[in-house]
Amino acid sequence: MLEVKSVTKRFGGLVAVSDVDLDVAKGEIVSLIGPNGAGKTTLFASIAGFLKPDEGEVILNGKSITNLKPHKICRQGMVRTFQITQPFATLNTLENIMVGAYANTSNKSLAKSNAERVAEIVGMTSLLYQTADGLTVAARKRLELARALATNPQLLLLDEVMAGLNPTEIDEIVDVIQGIRNTGVTIFLIEHVMKAVVNLSDRTYVLNDGKLIAHGTPNSIASDPAVIEAYLGHGAAEAMARGGKA
Amino acid sequence: MLSITLSLLPAGIINGLMFGAIYALVALGLTLIYGVLHIINFAHGAMLMLALYSAYFLFKVLNIDPYVSILIVTPASYVFGYTIYRWGIGKLSGGRDQNILLITLGLSIILENSALFFFTGDQQTISLPYSYESFDLGFLYLSYPKLISFVASLIICVLLWMLMTLTDLGKAIRAVAKEREGARLVGIDVEHVFAVTFGIGVACLGAAGCMLLPIFYVDPYTGNIFVIIAFTIVVLGGMGSIVGALLGGFIIGVTESVGGLLLGESLGQIGISLIFILILIFKPTGIFGSKV
Amino acid sequence: MKLPFRSNIFIALGLLTAMLAPFGISSKFQLDVLTLIFFTAYLGQSWNILGGYAGQFSFGGVMFFGTGAYTSSILLSSFGLPPIIGIFAAIFMGALLGLVVGYLSFRSGLRGSYFALITLAFAELLRVLANSVEFTGGGVGLFLTYAPGLYNLQFTSPTGFYYFSLILLVISLAIAIWLERSRFGAQLVAIRENEDAAEALGVDTLKCKIYAIMIMGGMGGAAGTFYAQKYLYIDPPISYSIALSVEMLLVTIVGGMGTVFGPLIGSFVLHTVNEIARHFISTPGLSLIVYGFILIVIISYLPNGLVGLFRKTRKNKENDDA
Ligand SMILES: Nc1ncnc2c1ncn2[C@@H]1O[C@H](COP(=O)(O)OP(=O)(O)O)[C@@H](O)[C@H]1O
Ligand SMILES: [Mg+2]
Repeated sequence: MLEVKSVTKRFGGLVAVSDVDLDVAKGEIVSLIGPNGAGKTTLFASIAGFLKPDEGEVILNGKSITNLKPHKICRQGMVRTFQITQPFATLNTLENIMVGAYANTSNKSLAKSNAERVAEIVGMTSLLYQTADGLTVAARKRLELARALATNPQLLLLDEVMAGLNPTEIDEIVDVIQGIRNTGVTIFLIEHVMKAVVNLSDRTYVLNDGKLIAHGTPNSIASDPAVIEAYLGHGAAEAMARGGKA
Repeated sequence: MLSITLSLLPAGIINGLMFGAIYALVALGLTLIYGVLHIINFAHGAMLMLALYSAYFLFKVLNIDPYVSILIVTPASYVFGYTIYRWGIGKLSGGRDQNILLITLGLSIILENSALFFFTGDQQTISLPYSYESFDLGFLYLSYPKLISFVASLIICVLLWMLMTLTDLGKAIRAVAKEREGARLVGIDVEHVFAVTFGIGVACLGAAGCMLLPIFYVDPYTGNIFVIIAFTIVVLGGMGSIVGALLGGFIIGVTESVGGLLLGESLGQIGISLIFILILIFKPTGIFGSKV
Repeated sequence: MKLPFRSNIFIALGLLTAMLAPFGISSKFQLDVLTLIFFTAYLGQSWNILGGYAGQFSFGGVMFFGTGAYTSSILLSSFGLPPIIGIFAAIFMGALLGLVVGYLSFRSGLRGSYFALITLAFAELLRVLANSVEFTGGGVGLFLTYAPGLYNLQFTSPTGFYYFSLILLVISLAIAIWLERSRFGAQLVAIRENEDAAEALGVDTLKCKIYAIMIMGGMGGAAGTFYAQKYLYIDPPISYSIALSVEMLLVTIVGGMGTVFGPLIGSFVLHTVNEIARHFISTPGLSLIVYGFILIVIISYLPNGLVGLFRKTRKNKENDDA
């Protein structure tokens, strides 16, 4: 469904993403992990049209989307969320989600009922009329997810939707994500915390210093020396240990 | 016809350079404030107008030569700028740059119309004992006021550059411009530095006003003329760049004067807004895009 | 929005009152003031669409007004085209100018203060151009002949212009109400609140912003024709006056940006303040000084304008009831 071919992205002298190849097949949950600053968000931004890759190609459903603008990519069925949540601050939850729903319809009542349906999926029904700037961190993460889902995507790019959540909240959102996958949506997610990834994904890519250093099932990744090295080097051994115990 | 125009060209260029130095001073104040505080002071023109009136009344009432008034109006402008930032704009600014633009727009409306209210809308000019004496360049008689204004503007630009690069204050200002949070952590009083910078920016206008008065006029709307000019210079030179402001000032001064010569006084004014638009659209970082 | 029935009744009552007003108001002066209030509210609404809903502040909104004024006036004086048709040409030229300015600025990613200033520069550029070329009458300006009649959009009594301005106002309110209820409006608000997020969710932000400035431009164009036919004279300083650019943003910000009735309320309040101030002191500049203070106070303490004040109290009441 998604193919990323030798994508490179530089910021001045810094090579944030270096010659990355990866693919995501329909119906999968694929994860991308790596220490902070590895270039995960930059890779997502390059895939979703927010940044122009310096080299390489991005292909969605067999068609190149490399230089398309984000809204075009969204209409072709791929949508991203933001690690640092970007709510429409003065709008309420329902109105926020409706902006996503309007990607498929210009009819207000249809957009509204779609948004309400999505709110129910992500468990935000009780917060529908709350303005976004008053939401908790966990609720804002859900809102990111809900808005993206409301565009009715085939492929969802989720950027650290679990960061900053407590274990109960993480379990809840993992359930939500699995539920979404079961409705036929393919999911490609960035996660910093390995635990969630082990539970959730079919395959995992590991990014370090802009380069892919490993690829495989979550369990094989967890024992890969290169991965441990990368994480230990960045002091994330603790996160790994917690991941191992789960 | 064309040959006459061409023979006037050197004079046009010199004239443009003379005004360009004062433009540079005006733009310097604006670019400094932008470079450090990241705010756009729309009241810049109105504040210049205030400086012009100060110099005008010092001359009319106390008979002080405008070039001497520089020593009075510049520090007074500094105090005015410091005060209005510290207890006005700084307090009211909620963060969004558009809001600051609107607040300073409000300020310029107040200043302009206060001037209209107190000083009426009449254009005022002054004439100095040496207004009509001039310096013979061979192809051009350069009036003393223009020459003095040119040299004094350059001196002030150099002084400002030295202040920014050589003094501790300059270092603190540059530290705040780069990393305001970091500067706060090492104990710099950031709000104070902001107000000082704003004060210095307005002080530039004080000096510019004194030098402009003998060769220009003042009315409540004089500032409007200079707003677009100053913004154009600043985007041309790169927001926050001192050297850029100086070069930009000369370029705009010459463009205006030569443009007026070639296209006629009225159409010649097009140059400035056109340059402004073209730069913003095609090279928003400016031609000399280095920072303070 | 939550009380559509009640607000519809309010709108209907307000419209009825406005339609009957000329029968109750005998003073020509008062009718003229009301005309001016409606006219400014209309221009404010045009600013509101781009500034209030889409969050793109412009300092040169007058450029559309001026271009519209010149369009229909030149068509009338040089080609004898009646303004009742000319007004559509003015709308077209306003929208076209909006397309050009919007495409150039938004295309290159200008936002915030830069966009505000570039619109100011465009207005100045057009003022200088209008001053320098011949077909606009240059600095002398254009005089239109007085020939009252509907096809000329000229009227013998203030009542005619009153209804003309009322029609413009109603159209502008209808546009705002449509925005509140449509996908396009929701997308503009999304752009205002967070452009990146809007783009990610499939909003063609460039296209939406350009449409918004084209609507603003078209509305401004019609206002230009109104002005030219009412005062029968235009010149570059009037047509591209900074003061009018400021007035359109002022009434909107004072009344409440991004609301249907903000510009009307702002226009009403500011003109009333102005008339009262004029009643006591006739020195020029005073009311504008007051305007400047009002602008600063509203921006600093009441970002949602006077409408926001009303909404806040209503919300607090709801909370108290709960
Ligand atoms: N817009 C940018 N300009 C310059 N450098 C950037 C920019 N965005 C990210 N970077 C740098 O690129 C690297 C990768 O960042 P990022 O993609 O956010 O990593 P991750 O999401 O894996 O934590 C970091 O070193 C970061 O500082
Ligand atoms: Mg990241």
